This record gives sequence, C-alpha cells and structure tokens, in this order.
Amino acid sequence: MSDVASTLGPIPLARPASTALARRRPRLRNAAAYGLVGPAFVLMLLMLLGPLAGVIALSFTDYQLGAPSFAWIGLVNYQEMVADKVFWISLTNTLTYVVIVVPGAVGLGLGVALLIQSGAGLRGFYRTVYFLPVMATLIAMAIVWEFMLHPQFGLVNGLLRSVGLPAHSWLQDRDTALLSLCVIGIWQALGFNMVLFLAGLVSIPKSLYDAAEIDGAGSAWSRFRLVTWPLLGPVTVFVVVITGIRSFQVFDTVHVLTKGGPSKSTDVLIHTMYMEGFEFFRSGYAAALTVVFLVFVLALTLVKARLAARQVHTS
Amino acid sequence: MARIELNAIRKSFDTTDVLKGVDLAIEDGEFVSLVGPSGCGKSTLLRIIAGLEQQSTGEVRIGGRPVDGVRPSQRNLAMVFQSYALYPHLSVYDNIAVPLRMKRLSTLERMPVLGRLLPNRHRVEREIRGEIERVTDQLELSAFLKRKPGQLSGGQRQRVAVGRAIVRQPVAFLFDEPLSNLDAKLRVHMRAEIAQLHRRLGTTFVYVTHDQAEAMTMSGRIAVMIGGELVQVGRPAEVYDDPRDIRVAEFVGSPKINVFPGHLRADGQVEMLGHPLGLAGSGLARPCRAGVRPERIELGAGAFCGAVVHVENMGAEAFVHLGVDGLATPVLARIGDVRLLPPLGSRTRFGFAPDAVRLFDAAGKRIETRLVAAPQRAREVAVV
Repeated sequence: MSDVASTLGPIPLARPASTALARRRPRLRNAAAYGLVGPAFVLMLLMLLGPLAGVIALSFTDYQLGAPSFAWIGLVNYQEMVADKVFWISLTNTLTYVVIVVPGAVGLGLGVALLIQSGAGLRGFYRTVYFLPVMATLIAMAIVWEFMLHPQFGLVNGLLRSVGLPAHSWLQDRDTALLSLCVIGIWQALGFNMVLFLAGLVSIPKSLYDAAEIDGAGSAWSRFRLVTWPLLGPVTVFVVVITGIRSFQVFDTVHVLTKGGPSKSTDVLIHTMYMEGFEFFRSGYAAALTVVFLVFVLALTLVKARLAARQVHTS
Repeated sequence: MARIELNAIRKSFDTTDVLKGVDLAIEDGEFVSLVGPSGCGKSTLLRIIAGLEQQSTGEVRIGGRPVDGVRPSQRNLAMVFQSYALYPHLSVYDNIAVPLRMKRLSTLERMPVLGRLLPNRHRVEREIRGEIERVTDQLELSAFLKRKPGQLSGGQRQRVAVGRAIVRQPVAFLFDEPLSNLDAKLRVHMRAEIAQLHRRLGTTFVYVTHDQAEAMTMSGRIAVMIGGELVQVGRPAEVYDDPRDIRVAEFVGSPKINVFPGHLRADGQVEMLGHPLGLAGSGLARPCRAGVRPERIELGAGAFCGAVVHVENMGAEAFVHLGVDGLATPVLARIGDVRLLPPLGSRTRFGFAPDAVRLFDAAGKRIETRLVAAPQRAREVAVV
C-alpha cells in the first residue's frame, strides 16, 4: 500500500505538513509534561528548596529571632563559628556519635536479622520486640533510659551492684555520657535496620544457598561471604546512609538526658543549633550551623547515590 | 565417576509423605531421567542425592560409600538448577571459578586483599585460569567471561551453570529441570547439547524433568515417578511400549494414550463397547481399561464408529479427534499422511490391531494379554 502511494504525487506535498504536525506534537507533549510535573515542583520549591535558600541567606545576616531588622554581614557568622570552641566540640561529638552508632546499629541489625532468619520459631515475636524502640517515641523512651541509668536507683547500677561491680554515674560523667547516648542510639536504630536487612535476606533466592553448598561453601561463614553479604550490598549501603543521616540528627536524647552536658561533653550539632537559635535567639548564627549540618548530610546522600549507581545487580 | 544407589528412601514433610520408599540403582556413567508430574517428589529425591535435603529413612550410596550425614560440598556432585542459581554479583569467570576456589584455597587465601599477599594463591589461581579457559572454550563462553549473569541470555546463563558444574570434574551431575526456563526452540537445542555432553564426559547424569519428551530423547533409562513412588524404570522405548501402570501409559507419550473402558469376560476374552478385541487376559471376570496409542488407531475401517469433532493438522502429521457414543472423552488418532484427513463432522469407522492394546485392571495395574483369533477382523483383512 505504501509502495503504491510513494509513486504518486501527493506524498512529497504531504510530508512538510506531517513534519509540522510532528513538531507541534512534541511541544504539546512538553506542555503536558510540565503541567504534570508542575504541582510537585511548586511544592518542592515551597517546602524544600525555598526554606533551604532562606536558611542559607539567613546565615549571612545578623538576624535575631523577633528583631525588627537585620543587616547583611557576609561570612562573619562562619568566621565566628570556626573560632568558637563550642562548635568544634559539638562537631567532634557528633562525628564520634556517628562513628560509634553507625557500625554498631548496622552490625547488630544485620546480626539480629540473620539470627531471626535462620531460626524457624518465634520469628514474629523477635521481630516485634526488636522493632518496638523504633515505634516508641524517643522522648518518652529517653525518660525511661534516664531512670534506668539513674546513679542511685537505676536498673543498670542495680544490676552492677548485684554482681558486685561498682555503680557508675553514666550520664553525669564526662567520659561515659556520650557513650551512654551512643548505646541508646544503637538501641533505637537497631530495629529499623533489622527490618530492612530482613527484607533484603528474604529476597535472596534460596537456590543460591543450595548452589553455594554444592560448590563447596560448607561453613556458614563461607556462605555468608559468597552469597549473603554481596547480595545484601545495596541494602547495606542504604542502611548505612540512613543510619548515618539519623545519627547526625541526634537531638532528642541529648536534650532530654544531658542538655549537652556535663561541660559540653555531649553537645552535638543540632543541640548547639537549637541553643543558639531558640535559647539565645541568634538565628543568623544558627542558620550557619544548619548549613554545615546540611553539607554533611548532602555528602552522605551523594556517596549513597554514587554507590547505588555502581551496584548493578540483576538476576 | 560413580554408581548411585538409593535404598528405601522415604521422606516426610510434617505429615505429608513425599517419598514412599524409593529404590533405584544408577550405574556408573549412565544417564537416568527422573520424570513425573509436578509434585511427585522427583526434585526432592534429587536434593536428597545432592545432600541438600535429608531423607527421613533409607540410605544413599555414592560410589559404594554411604553418604548419609556427608555434607553436599563433600559429596563431589555438581548440580544445575532450574533458575541456574548463578551468583549475580560475580562475572561469568568468577562464577565458574567458585567451586575450584572453594576446594583449593583456604578461607584466608580467599580473603579479598590479604589473600593476594599469600604465595599459594597465585599458583592456584593460575591453575584455575587454565581449567576455566578449557571449559569455557568447549562451551563457547570465552567471549562473555567478564560479563555478569544479568547481561546474558537464558541459553548463555544455562551454559555458565553447566560450565560451573563441569569444571570441578564431579563424580556425577544432577540436573533439576534445567531447561524449563528456556523457550521451546532453545530447549530442543539444549537437549541435544546435554546429551552430547554426557557422551563426551561419560559421567553419571541424573536428570529431573516433568517433560516426558526431554526424558525420552536424552536418557538411557527413565524412571517414572508418580505420587512419591517409582512406578516404572526402563529404557525409554520400553516404558513407552510396555507400560506397567496406566499412570505411566498416560504420562509418557504425547498426545496422551487413548483409554477405553473394557470388560474382561469369564471366558478370558476382552470386549470393548460391546465388541471383542481378539485378546484374552487371565484371571476373573472384571472391568478393565484398554489403552491404545493414537498412532495405532486406524481410520476408515474397524469395529467402531465415531464422528470427527476436531482436526489438528501440523503439516507433517495430524491428530483427528473422534467423538464416540458411550465415551466421555474423544478418541485421538494420529494420521501420518495429512492428505487422507476425514472432513470435520463426518462419521468414520476406526479400529486397531489387537497387539496395539495394553490392558489395565481397575487399580491401573497391567494385565498380560495374548492374541486370540478375531473372526470379524480376519474376514475384513481377507476382503481387502
């Protein structure tokens, strides 16, 4: 049919018309596409990008909460920050917290997931028990921990005393306050990581373990190295990044239990930010701290994006 | 190279008996197919041989040695899975290298960074490279060594799985429905390839399939399993021609065998739809079933009459479905010459030679028969 038509005259004439139509159609399609993307874009602009730009702008001012006016002061906030000992202490504390909580919560989460997955009985029970801290309000749980760690009548010291060990003022001692917060952080993040790892474990085909067993991976460790660990790779990257970001955001436990003390030993970035912004009303300086915090979170997100792109796992 | 013996293997999952006492001896270098409908326990039996599953009772011997309680990795068997079970994060080369590395390198030497510093690892890796290259040349995989399984086609993945099995030189190969995930054309091709592989290696092959055509075309012997029992073991032609159980007769052969209700009379004669078949069986008078393969049904003459309800013409052959009064399912006849097809809706006579009949009792067990003179049919022949 088309062969016949191409030998006839009208076709060359028809072609420009059809290309014009084709050119108009993508434009229509583009308009529709922008129309569909529009609402989400506007929302993102209003809720995410706008406030972000606002915070960055604020960090270059001397604005104080409630003040009628402000002045642009350039990088003064940042200079002050670099010179401030409290900032460095809280940054070091935050990084220490992240470095302890991330491996702890990821490693234990994986361990618990493997244990739950390997046993047949009481799976639902263990899953629920480990997931409870995730569902509970951390502020309320922090108060429970405060009682547990109380120097005089706390459960932890009670247990220590009952086995003949000396009691300790966990949250009041500079050396153990941050560590205690780390333990609470791990306790809280563990359940969430466990659920993610469990989902990852379930998606590993059973036949791969059979193949590994036949191929000579007789020990549980060699099967873990050959199958489980590499196939959990994408999940692990995600879990590490999520735990990292959440650890950077640590605030509730610090605020309830120590208020950054004793003598700044548990002061963390967001707590400093809160103090500067809402206790001392130095909004400009708090905004500068926020920008530093965002840089860290953004870096983690970029690392995740890069690793996720490299992982090519297809069945 | 090994003989595999299964003695009274039973397996129950909770209260369900999956295997009800299986005895089977697979000779060294033999190609045996375990065939049966899904859920008959054939894969479980294979997994018991491999050691991936523990039998409830009974004994497995490989090469004369009982292997109960021996780990799968110590049995030196290779297995090819239905899903291929390739490690998705490893390249083709590394996938094939896994069994060799597991066997020849210690846990420490397999470590990613530390292992490389150990002197033995270099030497072993060189050996392994040589062996892998030999196998991948045979299987025409050399061009894909660096690819991940996800970048390969189904047939190529299948070959990688076979390569991983060959490279370790196992005493026997176990195949668990390896062709089920391939398209029809490739399946026929791989059938020939696996049969050739068996001829070349001369190793024991145990092949599980639900496709009777695969079992018939590839194996030296087939073992038909139904409902957790081995119903018949024999050469493919023998099982096809001389089924000992009606379930075997129905499972083996495509299209399915025709089964007619019949009656064994007190005088020993067998009659079907009121006509004597020219056959005599032994034992008491009782109802029985007569099986006749579609290719043995002759159209145009005979004691029975049916209407053509459906015709399937494949070009080289055709299947004619005949509706017969008194029979619930149509009778199927295979016609070698498609030019002689009866028109749809026409009535035609049909019959079959007495020696085409396989007789089964009500429980499905085979009844031995002998030919007796059938006057009506003899006259017809004489007229012709």
